[in-house]
Amino acid sequence: MSSDVRFTDFKSDKQPTWCPGCGDFGTMNGMMKALAQTGNDPDNTFIVAGIGCSGKIGTYMRSYALHGVHGRALPVGTGVKLANPDLEVMVAGGDGDGYSIGAGHFVHAVRRNVDMTYVVMDNRIYGLTKGQASPTSRMDFETSTTPEGPQQPPVNPMALALASGATFIAQSFSTDAQRHAEIVQEAIEHDGFGFVNVFSPCVTFNDVDTYDYFRDSLVDVAEEGHDPTDYDAAKEKILDASKEYQGVIWQSEKSVPYGEKHGLDTNMSEIDEGAPEGAMDLVREFY
Amino acid sequence: MPADFNWAIGGEAGDGIDSTGKIFAQALSRAGRHVFTSKDFASRIRGGYTAYKVRTAVDPVQSVVDRLDVLIALTPRTIDENLDELHEGSVIIYDGDRTTMENVEIPDGMIGLDVPLKRLAEEAGGAIMRNVVALGAACEVSDFPIENLDSALEKRFGSKGQSLVDNNKEAARAGRDYVAEEHDHEFDYELETTDNDYVLLNGDEAIGMGAIAAGCKFYAGYPITPATDVMEYLTGRIEQFGGHVVQAEDELSAINIALGAARAGARSMTATSGPGIDLMTETFGLVATSETPLVIVDVMRSGPSTGMPTKQEQGDLNMMLYGGHGEIPRFVLGPTSISECFWKTVEAFNLAEKYQTPVYIAADLAMAVTEQTFPPEAFDMDDVEVDRGKVVDEESIEEWQNEKGQFKAHALTDDGVSPRAFPGTDGGVHMSTGLEHDELGRRTEDTEMRVEQVDKRNRKVETAREREDFSPREFGDSESENLVISWGSNEGAMTEAIEFLEEEGVDVNFLSVPYLFPRPDLTDEVESAENVVVVECNATGQFADVVEHDTLTRVDRVNKYDGVRFKADELANDIKAALQEADQ
Repeated sequence: MSSDVRFTDFKSDKQPTWCPGCGDFGTMNGMMKALAQTGNDPDNTFIVAGIGCSGKIGTYMRSYALHGVHGRALPVGTGVKLANPDLEVMVAGGDGDGYSIGAGHFVHAVRRNVDMTYVVMDNRIYGLTKGQASPTSRMDFETSTTPEGPQQPPVNPMALALASGATFIAQSFSTDAQRHAEIVQEAIEHDGFGFVNVFSPCVTFNDVDTYDYFRDSLVDVAEEGHDPTDYDAAKEKILDASKEYQGVIWQSEKSVPYGEKHGLDTNMSEIDEGAPEGAMDLVREFY
Repeated sequence: MPADFNWAIGGEAGDGIDSTGKIFAQALSRAGRHVFTSKDFASRIRGGYTAYKVRTAVDPVQSVVDRLDVLIALTPRTIDENLDELHEGSVIIYDGDRTTMENVEIPDGMIGLDVPLKRLAEEAGGAIMRNVVALGAACEVSDFPIENLDSALEKRFGSKGQSLVDNNKEAARAGRDYVAEEHDHEFDYELETTDNDYVLLNGDEAIGMGAIAAGCKFYAGYPITPATDVMEYLTGRIEQFGGHVVQAEDELSAINIALGAARAGARSMTATSGPGIDLMTETFGLVATSETPLVIVDVMRSGPSTGMPTKQEQGDLNMMLYGGHGEIPRFVLGPTSISECFWKTVEAFNLAEKYQTPVYIAADLAMAVTEQTFPPEAFDMDDVEVDRGKVVDEESIEEWQNEKGQFKAHALTDDGVSPRAFPGTDGGVHMSTGLEHDELGRRTEDTEMRVEQVDKRNRKVETAREREDFSPREFGDSESENLVISWGSNEGAMTEAIEFLEEEGVDVNFLSVPYLFPRPDLTDEVESAENVVVVECNATGQFADVVEHDTLTRVDRVNKYDGVRFKADELANDIKAALQEADQ
């Protein structure tokens, strides 16, 4: 780690193929700023992403990275972080990746509370497959595969996280650059699993959950004097479907990250040249 | 007196069959006798027939046979289930006081020993020890000094206090004395002891031990029969060597967690059985394309679908050889014995890292959950070698950077193997992806690069064929015109079947193949043999197909897919029949 790292050091020389105006630009910039501000550099950072528009992020950022299969980015991040606790691990995904195909992994990653940051670019639609309903799409949101809307209530990501025992829950808006970077920074600094749901509008396929919609409806909990360590207050905000909130909604003061609980503090890439010392005791056990 | 002795205890699941069998097996092993065990169990926690069988001899034993000398029957069904293996003079120990055993009929010619197991156990301190009373009775029948049982009882109960150990010893003596005093029989058996030291372990344990020996630090898995023992073995042990076990939420997660740890530079492994492999296959392709070293153990059981979870089969070969969409370079190692489970696991980690590929270990239930004795030198840790392949550090990394200082994690090389930088290495920053990519690991659809990357990955297999030894293991008479080929756990039964065949004047040359991909070229052996028989535990002959494909020669097949492993004498008969048919 070094102090002279700038956020542009996290930028790769590959030009993003996201649509002009895509919310993911702002989401990514905020992630890079937050990483630089927390004193990380590309050599000690590992980004994991799944499939979809969000999944491309590893290509546009500069760090150690794996672009995996749809919905399974969280388990990969879990393995990376546990095997080398010195790395700063950030997992990025979309609403389909995180709350549909990977919903099971989301619940269990939250439960496990590995010290990493999970950023979900929530645009409430499937973008890369050209506009089908996602798990966070509104009931009446008309798409090519749901002409009358999904007619199912959308997943409430923060409620899912809270019910799974999350220790850090936040929400941000990709285009509110300063605030978004601050929130991701708090997630990185949190000891445990830092979950940030980012409103990251799809300008091509979603004409409902637009920049204007979020600009008009967002309420910043910090301005309301919300105390994120107050569980009941957090619960109230999370279950309040009448508003869109921004900020750190819930942060447990009792969070003990998985690695700390299990005493994982060494880089597992270092191993002996032969069998480890004392290995013959393993054989003697079978006498 | 026969050279080997076959003993079993059977009853309902929940009767303590497994632990009783294990105690007896350990007592024999500690008395310097060779032991080979097998289990007959159902996929349920309580109730249903279950048995633990022990074959023992002074010379090495490597299989089960169709013969049972002493049977402890806790239920009438135990006798019915084993009728085929019991013979004239076989001893059946049972508790006639037990309601269900009151009117049990001992088959003609066999010796029924009615021993009040429960009553004697209660007198010794508790009804729960009735199986140990039965063990004492078995010691008397087989003329096996009861002191040998003591040390196994200490191992089993020592951690729970000396009084429990003493009570169990007393219970065993009560059983022995009862038989000696109340049953006026001469028995044919005498289990002599030796000064040899043996260890007794199963294949799953050997795989777990091999992983630790090889420096594996990370294991992620999801419980599934019959692979769970690997995870249970590693839990609590791998931590002592700086490693960690994660129980994942499902197999999809397990392989991805293991993949993440491998990307971070740890030697990493997962183990499962067929249904789990199905789920992992999605990520298997990513492992191969991102060129991540990962060891994946498939402890095969009867399929398809959930099939028969507690029964033997070797039905997943095609899945391991060809599973996954697209074309995927891989290694598939097939240990042929319990000790080979250890060594092939060590080798799997080296191959995975040397060639940066996924490596399957094709184990099977018959090998994984049954125990066998070995001299401890069979697992000599001094012989374990660790080869991490082309890992670069801060100094050597420059050689692999382009003019912009970017690291070429997927560089096109002559041997197909690229350099590997563990995350955290200065100057090694790179991404990897399941998408087709360029040398930097970035997505590309460039036709030339696509072909070059596919060729590069496939080149690893050619390189391995040049550098590694994929020879089969040879047994029997190499000059024989009868060639038998098998893979996996059939080796033990087949080596003993050779002896049965010899007695009947049939000689065979036997090749046991531990490398399924890349595998040895058997063309010369197959072409020079008059008759070729491929032996395997599946219905369609998946390995026989492969042999035919490789050698362009038709082969005969002996297949078993009833859920039970080959027994040595049975296999000898099957092979004899196959050879006779071929001659007609």
